[in-house]
Amino acid sequence: MTTTTARPPDGVEALRKKRSSGIGSGLFAGLSTGSGALILVVLAAVAAFLLIQAWPALTADPADLNAGVAWFPADTSLLQFVGPLVFGTLLAAALALAMATPVAIGIALFISHYAPRRFASGLGYLIDLLAAIPSVVYGLWGVQVLVGENGIGQPVQQILNDVLGFIPLFAGTPARPARSLFIASMVLAVMILPIITAVSREVFLQTPRLHEEASLALGATRWEMIRMAVLPFGRSGVVSAAMLGLGRALGETMAVLMILSPGMTYSWHVLEAGKQQTIAANIAAQFPEANPLGVNTLIATGLALFVITLAVNMLARWIVSRRAEFSGAN
Amino acid sequence: MAQRIDVKDLNIYYGSFLAVADVSMHIAPRAVTALIGPSGCGKSTFLRTLNRMHEVIPGTRVEGTVAVEGVNLYGSDVDPVAVRRHIGMVFQRPNPFPTMSIADNVLAGVKLNNRRMSKSDAADLVEESLVGANLWNEVKDRLEKPGSSLSGGQQQRLCIARAIAVKPQILLMDEPCSALDPISTLAIEDLMQELKDEYTIVIVTHNMQQAARVSEQTAFFNIEGTGKPGRLIEMDDTRTMFSSPAKQETEDYISGRFG
Repeated sequence: MTTTTARPPDGVEALRKKRSSGIGSGLFAGLSTGSGALILVVLAAVAAFLLIQAWPALTADPADLNAGVAWFPADTSLLQFVGPLVFGTLLAAALALAMATPVAIGIALFISHYAPRRFASGLGYLIDLLAAIPSVVYGLWGVQVLVGENGIGQPVQQILNDVLGFIPLFAGTPARPARSLFIASMVLAVMILPIITAVSREVFLQTPRLHEEASLALGATRWEMIRMAVLPFGRSGVVSAAMLGLGRALGETMAVLMILSPGMTYSWHVLEAGKQQTIAANIAAQFPEANPLGVNTLIATGLALFVITLAVNMLARWIVSRRAEFSGAN
Repeated sequence: MAQRIDVKDLNIYYGSFLAVADVSMHIAPRAVTALIGPSGCGKSTFLRTLNRMHEVIPGTRVEGTVAVEGVNLYGSDVDPVAVRRHIGMVFQRPNPFPTMSIADNVLAGVKLNNRRMSKSDAADLVEESLVGANLWNEVKDRLEKPGSSLSGGQQQRLCIARAIAVKPQILLMDEPCSALDPISTLAIEDLMQELKDEYTIVIVTHNMQQAARVSEQTAFFNIEGTGKPGRLIEMDDTRTMFSSPAKQETEDYISGRFG
C-alpha cells in the first residue's frame, strides 16, 4: 500500500538540519571568535590607558611642566620635548634594521638554500637561541665587550669616523668610552637578528619547487635561481620579518639604557655620546623618581611610541600590498 | 640547428634506489619523440636526465652517457648550467614567474645569458617568441601584466615562449598538456608541429592519442612492479608502434589491456 506520507525517504531526511550541531564546534567557534575579539579589546584598552594617563601632561601648560617635573627642560613644550626622543628612537631602530636585515637575509638563504641539510637545521637552532637571551644580558655584553676602554667598539667607531667621516652620520668625535647610539644600535641589531632570520628562512623555504625548477631549467646558477625565484617570492615575507624586528628595536629598553649616554638633540652624529635618547630607555631611566605629573609626561612619550609602532606596521602592510598582484600568492 | 641525442646504458638513481635501468636510445633531430608508459615507470625521470635537471633533487645520480651530437652531457668537463641553457624544458604544470610581467617572463632566460640588451631588441625577441608560441595575439596589449594573470593554457604557452626565447637546440616537454583543456591542448600540439622544423622535441605524455598525433617516434617505458626499476621496452616509428608493436607488452598497454 502506497499512501502518501509527509516523510521523505531516509537518505534525503539526513540532509535536514536536526543535529544541534554538537557542543564541540559551537565551543570552538566561540573560543576562536572570542580570542580574536580579545586582541582588539586589549589594543583598545592600552590605547585608552595611554590617552587617559597622558591627558594631564598633554593639556598642561609648558610652564607648569617645567615647574612640576624636575627633568623637564625650560621653555619647551611637550611636543618639543618628545621630538628628539622620537628622532632618537627612529634613528636607533633604523640603524639596527640596516645592520641586521642584510645579515639576516644572508643567514636565512644560507640555511634554506646553501647549507648541507644536517648543518642547516643546527645553525637554524643556534640562531633561534639568540632570541632566548634576555635583553639585560645583551646590555651587559654590550657594555663589557663593546663600550669599555678595551672593547672593540672604540676602534670600530674610529675606523668608521676616519673612512666615512664625510657622511654626516659618521661625522663628529667618536665617543670614548663608546656609549654612542651606534653601539646601542649594534646590540639592537644582534637582538633583532633571530626574528628576522627565522621568518625569512621560513618564507624562503616555501618557495614553490616549480618556480625554482623553472629558473634552473633556463640555465640559472644557484644565485641566479635565488634572485629569480626565491627573493621575489619571499619579498613580502622579508618585509614583514623586518617590521617584526623593527617593532622590537623600537621598544627595546634595557640594552639601550645600559649602553647609551643620553642626550636630547636632533643630532645625526651617531658616533658621539650624549646626543640622542630613545623613548623606551628614557621612560625606564626617569620613571623611578618621577612625580605624578612626571609619570603623565612619560606616558605621553609612551603614547608617541605606540603611535609610531602602529604607523610603522601600517606602512609595512601598505608596502607589501602595493604589489600584491605580482606576489606569489595568486 | 636541431641536434640528435644518443643515450647509452643509462641508469638513474634516487639515492640507492635504481629508478630507471639500462636505457639506450637514439633521438632524431627535427622530429617529435614521445615517451609513453604507465605512471611511475620513470619516463619523466628519464626526460629530466636529458638536461641534467634530475640532479637538482638531493641524493640523485646517473650512470651512463647522454650524448648530444657526440658530446657526453655527463662528462667531467660539462657544466650543467650550460647544458640547461642549451636544452629547454617545459613542465607539467605551467610555471611562469609570478613576480614578473609577461614580457619579463619571456626574457627571463635571455637575461641570464646576455645581460645587456637594447630595448628594441628585447621587444623584438618578446614578440618573436610569443608569436612562436602562438600567444602573441592574445597578450600583445598586456605585456606588462603579471604572467600569473593568464589562463592555464596561456601560461603554458608563455612557458614555451620563455623556453624558445633562448633559442635552445632541444626542447623537452614533461606532460605539457596534462593540466590543460582540449582547446589549449590542441593549440600546444599545433605549436609542436611548427616547432619541430627547428628543434628536437622530446615529450612525455600519458595521452596515447596525443603521442600518436604529434610524434614521429615513440618510446614505451614499463615497470614490472613497485620497487623495480623502469625500463625502455621498445622504441620505433610511431605508426609502427601503434599498429604492430614488436612486444606483446606494448600492444597490451596501447590497446588498453594493461593490468
